[in-house]
Amino acid sequence: MARFSRVLSATAVILGFFAVWELLCRLLHVSDLVLPLPSQVLVTLVTRFPDLWPHLAQTIMSTLTGFALGVLAGVVTGVMIGSSRLAYDTLYPLLIGFSSVPKVAIIPIFVIWFGAGTVPAVLTALSLSIFPVVVNVATGISTSEPELEDVLRALGASRGDILWNVALPRTLPYLFASLKVAITVAFIGSITSETIASNYGIGTVMMVASANFDVALLFAGLALISITGIALYGLFSFAEARLTGWATRESAVAT
Amino acid sequence: MEQAARLRPAFAGEAGRVTAAAEQPGKVIELEAVSVRYGLGRSATTALDETTLDVRKGEFISFVGPSGCGKSTILRLVSGLVRPTSGVVVVGGREVGVKALRIGMAFQNASMMPWLTVERNVMLPLKIVQPFRSEYRRKRKSEFRDRVRDLLAQVGLGGFANHFPWQLSGGMLQRANLCRALVHDPQLLLLDEPFGALDQFTREELWGTLQALWLAKRPTVLLVTHDLREAAFLGSRICVMSPRPGRIIDDRPVPFSYPRTLAMTYEPEFVALGKRMRELIAPLQPAGEGG
Repeated sequence: MARFSRVLSATAVILGFFAVWELLCRLLHVSDLVLPLPSQVLVTLVTRFPDLWPHLAQTIMSTLTGFALGVLAGVVTGVMIGSSRLAYDTLYPLLIGFSSVPKVAIIPIFVIWFGAGTVPAVLTALSLSIFPVVVNVATGISTSEPELEDVLRALGASRGDILWNVALPRTLPYLFASLKVAITVAFIGSITSETIASNYGIGTVMMVASANFDVALLFAGLALISITGIALYGLFSFAEARLTGWATRESAVAT
Repeated sequence: MEQAARLRPAFAGEAGRVTAAAEQPGKVIELEAVSVRYGLGRSATTALDETTLDVRKGEFISFVGPSGCGKSTILRLVSGLVRPTSGVVVVGGREVGVKALRIGMAFQNASMMPWLTVERNVMLPLKIVQPFRSEYRRKRKSEFRDRVRDLLAQVGLGGFANHFPWQLSGGMLQRANLCRALVHDPQLLLLDEPFGALDQFTREELWGTLQALWLAKRPTVLLVTHDLREAAFLGSRICVMSPRPGRIIDDRPVPFSYPRTLAMTYEPEFVALGKRMRELIAPLQPAGEGG
């Protein structure tokens, strides 16, 4: 019952936001070219969805590919940084340096190397999703309780055994927290890359819509991006709750 | 012949010594003039000083002494968690570090992996230690599970196999901890204040549990404790240690037969034993006076 009323009130607030938007636009006679009505955006979204869908699918594919590769690289790097002082001293500064560079500045380099299109989008998603994963995995590994490790060490376990049975499972909550961030920035990365150098994908659609002053389509694209972003985030939140429930305790997950 | 091959020393230089150990099959642990220093230079502290100790198969040795007297260091030496600064540690006829014996260890903190159920936590040694390790994938859902469940039932945790550690009380966690230390049938059991964080009643109950488990399998046990009654109740032999730098200042058998009962701990002989240990540990600060 409490859960139902929570969902109800959340829905009411969100719908209320759009209602206020709609109302203000109509009352103040805001031009379609500046800020379209939510109802207009919805209509555009529905009527043009068949055209938008292949582009969205393309963007999601590049996002997920880049994200998967980024997470893989991030976990490996994170484990190295978290378990070795040498890696911490050498890889970490390099990584921070690389991450400080705005990705918009790197996309042209990707384009020179690989041409416009899917590859730069994947690479941008990859390079954005690495950092949060590395930081969190490294933190998880390096803060692993020595008491837990001693239990295995006293049994004669190898470093690999300890990594696999203590450090990595302990790091899972940290990893999942970072996945939620990583998937969001990976999505932003691939869209950014598409707006700069591609002729396919939701980013390209946005650029074309902007050039044509098709503001309704522009907002429909934004809405689509937001919804997809929420869906991707929700997907990883769900996986997190299922796989690392021990860290948040069942009671906390259930509410 | 096979015996001789197994006892081949880890280092050629130790050949003479180790052969001598093999001639006395009863010896499980030998510490010879072992010192352990932590830190370097002037800030170094000596945790254990020139300690010599022989432990025979099946003994239950209690180590008592004031805080920081190197009791835990002895366990960590024997388990290979700490290396001696000088001296020789031989476990199971071999230089420590070469695993010649199956060792089970339990610490004061139950140290359960929070992401595993009690059953999977207790099963962990079977995943790591040979010969169970190579059969782990095949038997974890059959033979090994039964083994873990039997053990949990023996300590009164029968219904808690699928609970997570945070759902258990401190006493229950320590029971599970004992099970984990024993599940792989260790020849040597190292207990580092396993009941230190528990209340008196739970502790005394667990003495009985531990005694029963020990009498069933008879591994060699080294127990570190602050509780003199606990040391005397469980130990077949008690080593009293001096404050830093740690040394064994008294080492004698406990003259009571097993199984022991809590009632025995109130008999005059038992009380006298406790009193004598108390005086050895802190002769300058008699309990109840001064302070």
